[in-house]
Amino acid sequence: MSTIVLLLVTGLGLGALYFLVASGLSLIYGLMDVLNFAHGSFLTIGAFAGYELSRLLGGDSWWTLIASMILGALVGALAATATELLLIRPLYKRLIEQVLVTVGLALASVALFEGIWGTDALFTQGPAFLSGTTEILGARIPNDRFLYIIVAALVLIGLIAFLKFTRYGLIIRAGVENRSMVTALGIDVRKAFTLVFAIGGAAAGLGGVLASHYFGYVSPQLGGTLLIFAFIVTVIGGLGSLAGAAIASVVVAVFQQFANFYLGGTGDLVVVLLLAGVLLVRPSGLLGKKA
Amino acid sequence: MKPPILRVDHLRATVAGQQVVEDVSLEVGTTGVTALLGRNGVGKTSTIKAILGLIERNGLIEFDGERIDREQTHRIVRRGIGYVPEDREVFSKLTVAENLRLAERDLTPNRALVEEIFPDLTARGQQAAGTLSGGQQQMVSLARALLNTNRLLLVDEPTKGLAPKIVAEVSDALARAATTVPILLVEQNLQVVRQLAETVVVVEGGRTVYSGAAHELLDNDELVMRFLGVHAADGAEQHQEGAQ
Amino acid sequence: MKLIDKAKASSATPWVVGGALVALFAVLPFLNIMIPGVLPGPTYTPGTLQVLALCMLYSSLALSYHVIFSTAGLLSFGHALYFAVGAYGLGIVLQETEFELLPAIGLTIAAAIIIAGLIGAVSLRVTGISFAMVTLAFAQAGSVLVSRNSHITGGEEGLRLSIEHVPSFLIGVMNTRNLYWIALLLLIIVFLIVTWFERSRAGHVVVATRENELRVRVIGIRPFVVKHLAFVIGATLAAVVGMLYLLLQSGAAPRITTPDFTLTILVIVVLGGVGSRWGVVVGAIIYTILDQRLTTLSGSEIIQDLPAILRIPLSEPLFILGTLFILVVIFLPGGLAGVARRATVRSNPLREVEAQPDEVKQ
Repeated sequence: MSTIVLLLVTGLGLGALYFLVASGLSLIYGLMDVLNFAHGSFLTIGAFAGYELSRLLGGDSWWTLIASMILGALVGALAATATELLLIRPLYKRLIEQVLVTVGLALASVALFEGIWGTDALFTQGPAFLSGTTEILGARIPNDRFLYIIVAALVLIGLIAFLKFTRYGLIIRAGVENRSMVTALGIDVRKAFTLVFAIGGAAAGLGGVLASHYFGYVSPQLGGTLLIFAFIVTVIGGLGSLAGAAIASVVVAVFQQFANFYLGGTGDLVVVLLLAGVLLVRPSGLLGKKA
Repeated sequence: MKPPILRVDHLRATVAGQQVVEDVSLEVGTTGVTALLGRNGVGKTSTIKAILGLIERNGLIEFDGERIDREQTHRIVRRGIGYVPEDREVFSKLTVAENLRLAERDLTPNRALVEEIFPDLTARGQQAAGTLSGGQQQMVSLARALLNTNRLLLVDEPTKGLAPKIVAEVSDALARAATTVPILLVEQNLQVVRQLAETVVVVEGGRTVYSGAAHELLDNDELVMRFLGVHAADGAEQHQEGAQ
Repeated sequence: MKLIDKAKASSATPWVVGGALVALFAVLPFLNIMIPGVLPGPTYTPGTLQVLALCMLYSSLALSYHVIFSTAGLLSFGHALYFAVGAYGLGIVLQETEFELLPAIGLTIAAAIIIAGLIGAVSLRVTGISFAMVTLAFAQAGSVLVSRNSHITGGEEGLRLSIEHVPSFLIGVMNTRNLYWIALLLLIIVFLIVTWFERSRAGHVVVATRENELRVRVIGIRPFVVKHLAFVIGATLAAVVGMLYLLLQSGAAPRITTPDFTLTILVIVVLGGVGSRWGVVVGAIIYTILDQRLTTLSGSEIIQDLPAILRIPLSEPLFILGTLFILVVIFLPGGLAGVARRATVRSNPLREVEAQPDEVKQ
């Protein structure tokens, strides 16, 4: 029983990270039909920004952690906005090229990070509480998982509120359904594109800082490894659906944890099989629009 | 005579490499309804979409004397053009109220007018638009266009697939709108055309083949048969097949 | 008409030029040509022949992707998997069994066809982005399988070529030239197979399917069959290239199983020009040379003396490649083939009229 509780909570914790990356991917694809391969780099640069700040301020206070989370989100948003304005917008209506340009950016940015920070892992340090554990129902749960779950839940609530109560949220929800009709109502969707990139970048950057604590280090490859899982989660949940991304993040992560424990470390494999399985039964994912 | 609010000259348009509009020329006056007629698939909807810039186009399109054929859709619409698309295209996951709110462009939209013409919509404000009947969705689509102060309405097959009673309601709403704003109306239902239109333009194979006063065409059974493949009197029933 | 204008207009010209190039490349190992900065040494040295052979391998690999991506219009993110099936497959057979090289090759090809057939059948049930993701997933699964079973595959260290059953003329630095010639031969064969497929009835149907699937269905052909065929052909060719890669590099490394590697192939095809076989070949050659040389270039004094803000990015070969790729995508969407086409059209208007046999409409 305690094992199951442990696996569930750690699964939720990992799922929280997936969600932070997948939410942006899902919205970007849903609104713009762009598969953003550079999304991992928004995560990485956010992680590095947070890392540098915590080195500057001294690593083990809560204030440092919160400051690095905020900085990570800001840097991620900035990187994403720059990407959209400089690389994506000029290629408006050239969809394949937009996707390809994100591939090139992913390659170049990872190389740039390696040039600046080197290829080795740089270890992170956080408040002492995070390294401790709390006992729930007999399971000793690492405290950092609670942080990720709370942050991801807050982000999810924030995003839902944004989508429901703001004008741009309305435009994005409509645009995901029918982009051309939105323009036919006199609305310039391109502003929504930039906004969606910025939001995705902020979530990814924030996720990067958290990931650096989850794994205990930052490295230029951090974004890339998480990105594949984020893609899988996005597709399983349904491209364009925030709720789908949230549900799929949890499902995939929990499956992964259970498979790793009970089926001898085959978590990665099981996730991939899950993707293939879901797609064959429901090609547009659990809650998505038609791909 | 005032210059036309819309002038289209030798319009060509393509969709995914296919030429869907070959050579269309027409004018819409500053008052009244101009009907765009033709069989299925001749390029009427494509003409409307080309005017709005929703598909690739070539040729001269002038709105109130200014060229709009190189402009992007949202700019064209902001000049004061309301669009009621074929198949309604309401946002099904948004509520009725949200669909309307999204469409508001002016600082003071004509909410009162819309509430008056479409009282049902106000009652169903919180309902998801996707759960509405076809007729109700058509009302949403119309209301969207009437919320703003437009100088031209482009209306594409508003009565398609609707029951006769709803057709009458839509037709009345359009008649009401036509008193204040000119309309370019694509319509297969000849009874509706007869009720609303002063001028007609006929398209065949992507080209304009006839334009003139509405009653001149509609009273000529031979012409109607040639261009539209129906009898002038039958026009209404043909269209209502598969009605709601 | 002057002879040069006639030559520019004729569609046989690329073949004549290609034939001449093949002849040139065939005799390179006997020549002492040096291209400093590009080739590591004179053309008769094993080091240079190794690089050139690698160029041709990547060209063949890119051509195999061209069939799937350009001709059939299928965006596959898992092409690396089949290349790895060839390399790791042959390596494992040679390591674990007593088969001689030729039977081992046959066995691996058979395995590749079966695997590609199965995965293709499953993946092609969906289209577009979903298809891309399923292929990515399968490739990722393969990558995971390779790294988890390190007792067979060598894991992170990679697989070493077991040479017991490999003929001696393929082993050893001095025999690099033999592998070079085999690579050249393979490139010719792959190029011919790809051309044959594009010009065959199945090839035309698959292009039609890419453009408008509904129309193909209406005339009674099942799009799935031709797409599946294209997929299996491309995958099997990739596996064959993989096998030669194993021999050339005397081993296989896990890097070739990753989605990154598929993206590299995608980059090559786009650089060369989607739809153009010649462009793809040239693109692969340029990429391989760049890949090899940029590492040396970036360590050179010229770069190291630059101020940090320039030095850091320019020291990373992938940064240069990624940036180059972005620039090509934005400013030269037809890739190298597009540039070449525009150049020849400008200098001879006749060329524009002539249908270009190897260009497939986007």
